[in-house]
Amino acid sequence: MTAVPSAPARRRSSGGLMATLKHAHYVISDNPVTGLAFFMLLVLVLAALVGPFLVPYDPLASNTMAALQPPSAAHWFGTDQLGRDILSRVVVATRLDLAIAVFSVALVFAAGGIAGIAAGFFGGWTDRIVGRICDTIMAFPLFVLAMGIVAALGNTVTNIVIATAIINFPLYARVARSEAAIRRQAGFVQAARLTGNSEWRIVLTQILPNILPIMMVQMSLTMGYAILNAAGLSFIGLGVRPPTSEWGIMVAEGATFIVSGEWWIALFPGLALMFAVFCFNLLGDGLRDIVDPQRRT
Amino acid sequence: MLKLIASRLATAIPSLIGVVIVTFLLTRVLPGDTAAYFAGPAATPQAIAEIRAKLGLDKPLPVQFVDYVSALAKGDLGTSLSTGQSVAHEITTRLPASAELTLSGLILALVIAVPFGIAAAVKQGSWIDHACRIITTAGVSLPVFFTGLLLVYLFYFRLGWAPAPLGRLDVFFSAPETVTGFYLIDSLIALDGETFRAALAQLVVPALTLAIFALAPIARITRASMLQVLASEFVRTARAAGLTSRTVIITYAFRNAMLPVVTTLGMVFSFLLGANVLVEKVFAWPGIGSYAVEALITSDFAPVQGFVLAMAILYVALNLIIDLAYGIIDPRARSEA
Amino acid sequence: MHGVVDPATVALAPAEEARGPLLNVRDLTVEFATRRGLVRAVEKVNLTLAKGETLGIVGESGSGKSVTSYTVMRILDRAGHIAEGAITFSGIDVAHASEREMRDLRGREMSMIFQNPRAALNPIRKVGHQIGDVLLQHVQAQPGNVKEKVIDVLNQVRIARPEERYHAYPFELSGGMCQRIVIALALACRPQLLIADEPTTGLDVTTQKAVMELVTELTRARGMSTILITHDLGLAATYCDTVMVMEKGKVVETAPAEQIFRNPQHAYTRKLMRATPRPGITLKDLLPEAEAEAGAAPPVAPMVVSDAVPLLKVEALVKEYPRQGAPSAFLAKFTGKAVDPKDATFRAVDGISFEVKKGESVGLVGESGCGKSTTSTIVMRLIDSTSGRITFDGQDIGAIPAREFAHHPLRRRIQMVFQDPTESLNPRYTAARAIADPLLRMGGKDIKGTFGGFGGGSALEDKVEELARMVGLPADLLDRFPHQLSGGQKARVGIARAIALKPDLVILDEPTAALDVSVQAVVLNLLEELKHTLGMSYLFVSHDLHVVRLLCDRVIVMRQGRVVEEGTSEQVLEAPKDAYTRELIAAIPHPPV
Repeated sequence: MTAVPSAPARRRSSGGLMATLKHAHYVISDNPVTGLAFFMLLVLVLAALVGPFLVPYDPLASNTMAALQPPSAAHWFGTDQLGRDILSRVVVATRLDLAIAVFSVALVFAAGGIAGIAAGFFGGWTDRIVGRICDTIMAFPLFVLAMGIVAALGNTVTNIVIATAIINFPLYARVARSEAAIRRQAGFVQAARLTGNSEWRIVLTQILPNILPIMMVQMSLTMGYAILNAAGLSFIGLGVRPPTSEWGIMVAEGATFIVSGEWWIALFPGLALMFAVFCFNLLGDGLRDIVDPQRRT
Repeated sequence: MLKLIASRLATAIPSLIGVVIVTFLLTRVLPGDTAAYFAGPAATPQAIAEIRAKLGLDKPLPVQFVDYVSALAKGDLGTSLSTGQSVAHEITTRLPASAELTLSGLILALVIAVPFGIAAAVKQGSWIDHACRIITTAGVSLPVFFTGLLLVYLFYFRLGWAPAPLGRLDVFFSAPETVTGFYLIDSLIALDGETFRAALAQLVVPALTLAIFALAPIARITRASMLQVLASEFVRTARAAGLTSRTVIITYAFRNAMLPVVTTLGMVFSFLLGANVLVEKVFAWPGIGSYAVEALITSDFAPVQGFVLAMAILYVALNLIIDLAYGIIDPRARSEA
Repeated sequence: MHGVVDPATVALAPAEEARGPLLNVRDLTVEFATRRGLVRAVEKVNLTLAKGETLGIVGESGSGKSVTSYTVMRILDRAGHIAEGAITFSGIDVAHASEREMRDLRGREMSMIFQNPRAALNPIRKVGHQIGDVLLQHVQAQPGNVKEKVIDVLNQVRIARPEERYHAYPFELSGGMCQRIVIALALACRPQLLIADEPTTGLDVTTQKAVMELVTELTRARGMSTILITHDLGLAATYCDTVMVMEKGKVVETAPAEQIFRNPQHAYTRKLMRATPRPGITLKDLLPEAEAEAGAAPPVAPMVVSDAVPLLKVEALVKEYPRQGAPSAFLAKFTGKAVDPKDATFRAVDGISFEVKKGESVGLVGESGCGKSTTSTIVMRLIDSTSGRITFDGQDIGAIPAREFAHHPLRRRIQMVFQDPTESLNPRYTAARAIADPLLRMGGKDIKGTFGGFGGGSALEDKVEELARMVGLPADLLDRFPHQLSGGQKARVGIARAIALKPDLVILDEPTAALDVSVQAVVLNLLEELKHTLGMSYLFVSHDLHVVRLLCDRVIVMRQGRVVEEGTSEQVLEAPKDAYTRELIAAIPHPPV
């Protein structure tokens, strides 16, 4: 029939990939803001991967002679109360801040996604249990619950990851649940039942691939929130401890000096924090446009 | 209406039960020796054992839970180790400070964000719409403690317009007689203009910080839901019937667009109560948030637990009010009850 | 604000009344700004409408019929604008009138009713207030007497107990009732022109008839002009004086209704005419003349319907659902009051029995909520029945739980074609993958064996291509995803998937309801042809008796979960015994034969 006698599967995957790339290119060229977000993400990833090898100073080396210096040619971002180079500290902190967010989001993506799809697709008691767990978590102001969890589990970075994952659980579970529930009786799912697919196979081949894009958008949007949440916890002294380089704790250290006018100590880590969160929020909005043009706002 | 209140109250009860169970579990079941936490970092093994017995931690879990709940019923949240004060007492005296700050922040945010979101939707594609999109995306990316610090630098250090960020009232003033616990209201009741002005001066910058934080999600959802409603078929019908754009926007679009906004307020409250903790720390605000933060640093667990519980109960109550407000706007929600 | 009346409109209207048409549209071109540049939705449209005349604008989706009418009202969304042309309504230049002037015209001089009446009403405002808003706006009432006036208007659209309905919210009213409110809203100020945009689409035929008769009666009594926009030629023929046919933004033909149906001039009009199901024709008559002759090649041998054993036998089938808001048995334990099971449950299917013989097509017909879809889903073994017996080829399949039936050997012998071709295809599967799915799952060893590679699987690939050929889907479309296919092509993919396993029984659940009539004609013919080629039996679920008659040997009419009439297609349509069947047949509008 066609000139290319390859199998439908191969044709499909290559065609699908090309189409997706084409579409992504179209969206980026159509919306330069999304292109900018991808560029910002690249900067962040590079800083996290190779930043520690590029920075001019050891982020932990104090030098009391050079304490509290405003930005200069030697110290672009100035130095803090112990004379540490703020630029180096800000760059090095990228890895830790991103790692906390990535791990917590990956954790909740798996847990929330599975629970939500099961609840939405199978309904019944699964739905009631997942719903009850979500409601209970949502009954707390989320940051407050994270504080309580970290305080109870112990003051470590791992526990910050866990707490951040727990407070995001309802978000993921609910999105996955509603997306699975609206497709449970969809024509193409019924059709798959008619052709002898088991319920589990339907979840894997019919439901999951159609939900994944929406979950990816959710992931990007909550990355920013996860970063903010982790930084907030370390700002009040939970999780990360001095002298580790981390944006939240650096802002907290700079807070003392704001009232006496040494603005740079808090400003640069704060800006880095904003940059990262802004990047993921832009990216999330851009991805949503790709996945679901109707929900564009 | 009574039926609606009753049904909403009934849905709040499971949430409350869940909250109590979770706060109990936070202390008793999770890894780590609770007695050691309660005893503090420098305690000897004997001291820990003593505390374990005193707190009833050697009893079986269900018994402990019953003890916990019956203590709660009496309003007993335990005692702070570092101050020796009753946690319940501390929290009730500090709660008005937090509430005054959070509510002022929220009201400020609503007053700015709702008209802004509506204007952006009605004039879609105009400069105000673009401004709204930029501000909302940037706004949700702002760490609230960072905004607070920037505002302190600007208004206190640079411009000198605001007083030092040190609590609710300058040291030269004494607090007004407690009626509501809100300094602004109490000083007005006491007809004390000076104190009112001083309290307001202290409140403006932290409230603004919270408002900037809450503004973005409210403006965003207002714009989005307004756009959706303006494109809906009943607005088209109203236009086709020749109603003026004022009637269409206010009577037809606005009330419908408020439904998602009211729903989102629940989420906004959740964020605000969390942000409140951070803002209290930045401005040395003597609310329950800074109480919990101080306790966290000294590993004093009872205040933290009391704080989490108090915040959760407050939040459940706020959600209840939101549900009732929704029921007042939407007749469909009333009929479901 | 409400007191403002534009003196110009008041002065102009009566003066112009005597001369010229009420509405005159000349060379109207409307463009929409889209992401891909300007798109012409309507091109060089001309129309005139005399006072008291009823004009039908007929066309399939995308023909520009709705855009034309929105432009007359000047309620296009912001992306659309008038590129060229003039619109004169009762002497006023609509294209250049100020927004203020337009606002005074809308609702008072010209008004509109829409498809989907429930969505057309503000969901959180009492319907009485919504009508009141319009009366106040156009100074037809004062705040003091507005309620009386609204109740007066409600009486005119024959709403029972108007005092009560005044305080109702749209969600408390039925679809037909909501449409009456929308009509009341449109006619409250006694306008000169009413534009009805698909006013009855989505309503049952009997409701449709009631609504259309109400509109006709009210507009005639007031000497109003009406524009009826519809995709249904039958509806236009029944209610319009003049009919204008549109295709792809252009007017192809305008003529008096009688003339256009007796003697259509344009090829597209003829095609549309032929494709509309009407009494006394055969399936082939639906196709355009040329195709009908060419396609008539296979002299369809009358199918041998064996009388011996029924393929499918349904006996006393019942499906109950818990009634919403009913006193639950759980609560009853506490209150001590016994719950009558009749109150607690709702019978969607109430003891129906029927048979489908081998090689036979049976139609299951009824209005929404009659239980026809529930019945077909149970027979399909996707949900379980409450009681009753379903025998397929001698085996009691009703006894096998729906969940287990997915793995049962009989599964492959009962297949289905779904109502909405878009919704029934996985958006992430290509056409080829969708058609291959049943073969991969239940296709037997020769095909399954190739699954590992799916690649080297030429057996599978050949089979998919053969199926595509059978349903007339060009092979080069097999690599496309659903969103790259047209409605008719998606329907073909759905049919290919259903016949892939050579089933004995195929359930067709309104397979053409979402399609334009010309596509419906082709799909119906395809189904008929496939049935003969593969020797299948059909259970055809539909709301449209005329469509069912074309494809089915026997018809079962359902109402409220029960069978009211059963017989051969001719018997039921020519000489219905049941009063409800007669009502149903009478309500279907159709063009003159």
